[in-house]
Amino acid sequence: MTKSQLIEAVSERINLPKKRAEDIVNAVFDTMADALVENRRIEVRGFGSFSIREYDARMGRNPRTNEAVEVDAKKSIHFKVGKELRERVADVEN
Amino acid sequence: MNDVMNDNTVTKACIIDEVYERVNALQEEESEQVITKKEASEYVEAVLETMKDELARGQEIKVSGFGKFEVRAKGRRMGRNPRTNVEIEIPARCVLRFKVSQVLKDRLNGKR
Repeated sequence: MTKSQLIEAVSERINLPKKRAEDIVNAVFDTMADALVENRRIEVRGFGSFSIREYDARMGRNPRTNEAVEVDAKKSIHFKVGKELRERVADVEN
Repeated sequence: MNDVMNDNTVTKACIIDEVYERVNALQEEESEQVITKKEASEYVEAVLETMKDELARGQEIKVSGFGKFEVRAKGRRMGRNPRTNVEIEIPARCVLRFKVSQVLKDRLNGKR
């Protein structure tokens, strides 16, 4: 499912005009992205939590040339699935 | 961001408040109907429930500029209870994985 399909599904689910559903979905993800960029964590019961992980600069190696390269310090996002969703996803047959 | 969010954790209630403000800020420009707090709450719940239903069907969700949620199958394996040291079988199951988008990763690292 892409974001536009999510917008469509939300619009159908609660009978909301598509334009409004689009504004809502965009606002949800913009809000979450902005919060993470501000170094905040997000916790949504039943869904999951997002937190920032910081990694120190380190020396790495280019596996092709075997050359040592410095890898900059960086931040990334860790997602931990919530209990309810974890249990629902665990039962998926695929 | 909003001062309602006073500690460092953004909860669902914070997201609802922020969505309420952002969506209504848009409406003023477009002279459309504003939404109430209660509606904002229903709409945010609808987004989350739709996402959960989709993932519970094993489908992935890709949100450009944010990231991708995907359901992955994990094989059965033997595990051990670290307290009792008793071996137990961990059955095959599916897990949810989130991969942050390059755009958000760059924003996080001040590249954009």
